[in-house]
Amino acid sequence: MKALSAIAVAALVIYPGVVLAASDAPPGAASCSGCHATNAAVESPVPRIHGRNANEIVTAMAAFRTGALPSTVMGRIAKGFTDEEMHPIAAWLAAQK
Amino acid sequence: MTLHPTRRNFLRSSAAIASATLFPLPALAQAAPRVIVVGGGFGGATVARQIKAIDPKFHVTLVESSATFTACPLSNAVIGGLRDLKAQQFGYDKVRAAGVNVVIGTAIGVNTGSRTVRLTDATLPYDRLVLAPGIDIRWDGLPGYNEAASAKMPHAWRAGDQTTLLRSQLEAMEDGGLVVMSAPANPFRCPPGPYERASLIAHYLKTKKPKSKLIVLDAKDQFSKQRLFQNAWKELYPDHLEWVSLSSGGKVTSVDPATNTLTTEFGKHVAKVANVIPPQKAGRIADLAGVTNQTGWVPIDPMTFESRQIPGIHVIGDATIAGAMPKSAFAANSQGKACAAAVAKLLTGAKPPEPKLINTCYSLVAPDYGISVAGVYVPANGMLAEVQGSGGVSPLDAPRDVRVTEATYAEAWFRTITSEVFG
Repeated sequence: MKALSAIAVAALVIYPGVVLAASDAPPGAASCSGCHATNAAVESPVPRIHGRNANEIVTAMAAFRTGALPSTVMGRIAKGFTDEEMHPIAAWLAAQK
Repeated sequence: MTLHPTRRNFLRSSAAIASATLFPLPALAQAAPRVIVVGGGFGGATVARQIKAIDPKFHVTLVESSATFTACPLSNAVIGGLRDLKAQQFGYDKVRAAGVNVVIGTAIGVNTGSRTVRLTDATLPYDRLVLAPGIDIRWDGLPGYNEAASAKMPHAWRAGDQTTLLRSQLEAMEDGGLVVMSAPANPFRCPPGPYERASLIAHYLKTKKPKSKLIVLDAKDQFSKQRLFQNAWKELYPDHLEWVSLSSGGKVTSVDPATNTLTTEFGKHVAKVANVIPPQKAGRIADLAGVTNQTGWVPIDPMTFESRQIPGIHVIGDATIAGAMPKSAFAANSQGKACAAAVAKLLTGAKPPEPKLINTCYSLVAPDYGISVAGVYVPANGMLAEVQGSGGVSPLDAPRDVRVTEATYAEAWFRTITSEVFG
């Protein structure tokens, strides 16, 4: 019996089925790290957004979109995302280290 | 009786199934999906690392012909004397450390039947192949220009020795010498690239060789970030940079490396230093794999970046026909991430997600003067289209401090993206 359980556990570990949903980035989210560094060693004036509060991210993107928050490129990018699209993106970013 | 298996029988048969799946061990090792990525630039190194990050059980092999990658973005600053070529160069140690099997070698063929990639000294099997080969020069695209001519009239459109050659020619030139650049018709790698380069060469001439001048002969009437560039040129380089459009006779029809002459429909220009940016096409392995069409570039499905011509082969970056998305390092990186997500799903029999992609591209007009273009893209009508109302270039009327900020962002972007891809 013990041997059988071990095999069952091994099967579960090796064959988790499909890629874990938790690692799936919502559309657009993976591109952010092209400018917003995830590596702490990188020197950049561009703010870190990975691990940041999700509501702050959604609010900032809305303000970039209207121009209430001045920016260089972020206003142009924010106009490509709706609030509905931003919620899962912000939640995903917030969950990254 | 057979309809009611005992618990013991049930356990036995489950164990048998589990054993059959788990053993023998070599068979198990074979069972993990194999992905080969050809080309270790911004697109290829990204997709390789991302697939491995999504699920470490995937076997990911990156085939790249050079042990050191030389990045094109900011290489115009090397040509302008503002930056060392070493700052452009990256190795693959960290890509290896991320679990990617990096093979330094040249892919010379793809067998789409047996799903194998042939290298000069090995044959590698794949379940999914990703090609990220960048560009090749179209050596038959401009009369008089060939590989030998590029040693005299560098293109410097693939960074490395060509970058160093153009820089050293500019340095060796006496003050008063004429520099001539030719820019190709669309499409080509890095649409604003010729104009950033023109700006930084003009900056070098203005500060170090003020009696010299640059003439840009263009096969186009319009180009990326055009008004921003032209406004800046008027302000910064009125005596050092002259742009000749297609309709003013700018199209170069032939070159002669023996005399450093560029010929247009309207006349001849004899240069002290000639930078010929020739017509281009997808990198060679795309041709060999059969994924290019009559244009020389690769049609792809924008949902998955899978070739329109050959199933199981995905293509990203400069080699592709990507609709509104430009051929840039940022685009290749963004496409690499989207392609990785699609490939991982396809390998596990799941439906790929609909991607959304971003491009951001900075150009330096002077060391402290940066401009940008940005865009957000989604699949639409079989191509990648810009999301309506999004994107665009830096404002034409921005104050100078915004240009200074964008110049600092340009360098920060380079540090960030190269750290993500190679660090």
